[in-house]
Amino acid sequence: MTEIFGIPLQALLGQLMLGLVNGSFYAMLSLGLAVIFGMLNIINFAHGALYMTGAMLAWIFLEYLGVGYWWSLLLAPVCVGLIGIAIERLMLQWLYKLDHLYGLLLTFGLALMIEGLFRDLYGVAGQPYSIPEELSGAFNLGFMFLPKYRAWIVVASLSVCLLTWYLIERTRLGAYLRAATENPRLTQAFGINVPLMVMLTYGFGVGLAGFAGVLAAPASQVGPLMGSNLIIVVFAVVVIGGMGSILGSVVTGLGLGIIEGMTKVFWPEASATVVFMIMAVVLMIRPAGLFGREK
Amino acid sequence: MSRRVSIAYLVGLGLLLLAPMFIYPILVMKVLCFALFACAFNLLLGYTGLLSFGHAVFLGSAAYVTGHALKVWELPTLLGLLAGTGAATLLGWVIGSLAIRRQGIYFAMVTLALAQMVFFFFLQAPFTGGEDGLQGVPRGTLFGLDLADDIKLYYLVLAIFAGAFWLIQRTIHSPFGQILKAIRENEPRAISLGYDVAQYKLLAFVLSAGLAGLAGATKTLVFKFATLTDAHWHTSGEVVLMTLLGGMGTVFGPVVGATVIVTLQNELADKVGSLVTVIMGAIFVICVLAFRRGIVGESIALYQRMIGQKR
Repeated sequence: MTEIFGIPLQALLGQLMLGLVNGSFYAMLSLGLAVIFGMLNIINFAHGALYMTGAMLAWIFLEYLGVGYWWSLLLAPVCVGLIGIAIERLMLQWLYKLDHLYGLLLTFGLALMIEGLFRDLYGVAGQPYSIPEELSGAFNLGFMFLPKYRAWIVVASLSVCLLTWYLIERTRLGAYLRAATENPRLTQAFGINVPLMVMLTYGFGVGLAGFAGVLAAPASQVGPLMGSNLIIVVFAVVVIGGMGSILGSVVTGLGLGIIEGMTKVFWPEASATVVFMIMAVVLMIRPAGLFGREK
Repeated sequence: MSRRVSIAYLVGLGLLLLAPMFIYPILVMKVLCFALFACAFNLLLGYTGLLSFGHAVFLGSAAYVTGHALKVWELPTLLGLLAGTGAATLLGWVIGSLAIRRQGIYFAMVTLALAQMVFFFFLQAPFTGGEDGLQGVPRGTLFGLDLADDIKLYYLVLAIFAGAFWLIQRTIHSPFGQILKAIRENEPRAISLGYDVAQYKLLAFVLSAGLAGLAGATKTLVFKFATLTDAHWHTSGEVVLMTLLGGMGTVFGPVVGATVIVTLQNELADKVGSLVTVIMGAIFVICVLAFRRGIVGESIALYQRMIGQKR
């Protein structure tokens, strides 16, 4: 059997795949954070809780309404997006004129509320969510087995990231959005409804988190705590990559996922902390982040 | 210092001296530890304008080091407290020098991420006891006083709290404290006036981390254990909430906030179970939306309005 640095090739490729899967989630979540930050100047601490809400909704749909995976993949993100729009209209919109820190504090409070609510309703333990029939099983690539669902996660999340990039960088709506990010007052003066765009941006950003949650549901246990630890890693990803560019977030997310996967092979004890260590190094060498601009 | 404030201090101190006769001393000591923690945090958020979202890690690291020093190395109590505080100060210097490279919102994220890294270290390190925590830490004796007695320990904790509180007051009203406030109000201007802003920020961070560590070390002495909860980001969120609810940038705010939150948690824990988190979250949201000056800040504003009307 082929070995690299004393590690069997299959184990290495397996971890590489897992790293890519984790990286896809980092990419989607940090992309959502970046889109929201660009428009609202708020770091959305509730992002992890809303990701968890997406997964829990998929589970609830299946358990109580008999709605399957594919419909959940469509419906749960829409529901999460609507929750986001409600949050923006009822709370966030009153904070835009204040210090940005208040946005962080408010969304932190929301994250506690959402997490606590689900914990009270369904307990701490995770619920299983089975992989849809079409995606169960694995491809035999000759040198390794590739579980179909993992491949689907990577493909689906990269497509969504690419779609978001196209929407923002290549369409008229995206042009309005970028204009509103750059100079909201002037954009408003041109007759574009900026508050509406802000609302939709937040809804879209958290909708992405909801989508990631549904994707994650069959891959891991669905539980109230699945979002909170993930979001802190995603924060580190955002600090490493900077929030300047969309493709930057995606590349950083995937790259860190792969590095984390490789760490699991070569230095398992450090796999939980490697992203934070990289962040510390990046802060020392390039404080603005890899793709960030010094402001 | 005005006479009214001095009287307030004396009344507060008098009440605290008598408190253990009426209230369960362990609860009051818990309040005092968290009040000190919140005051240390307020030095950073309220007076320097830096939101650290990882302050629990200083509380937790000091708790572990003190616990380890007393239990395994069997050091005298005083040295144990000093070791814990020193460890937190050192950790504060390391995390602080990294975090001050970014401003505002990024500062909060960096401190949170670095704190999470240390949390994972505590989770895996052998000396912390992992999920079980470090239990059965002996309190020992101090100056011939047997601290196993709750009342004697209470007066030691009160002395530590009063001393640290005094130190924070001195810092806030010193020239150093004035410069911190200048940085909070307008950082570019402080730079253009020739102040080495990074150095001041770092010093404030280290001081705050050290005092948070003192709170953590004292807490280990009170409860005789140190657990992962102390270093968890939930605790970091709690200290933000205490400061926000009491009133950031006010002298007594964090004390009031810590008292309210600890009492609430104590009262609610058996009654509503896991809904406590929801209630804490709701208080957060309400504070940010409608109550940004906090209990003490709003009271001061109300008082000033009443005086204004009389004139």
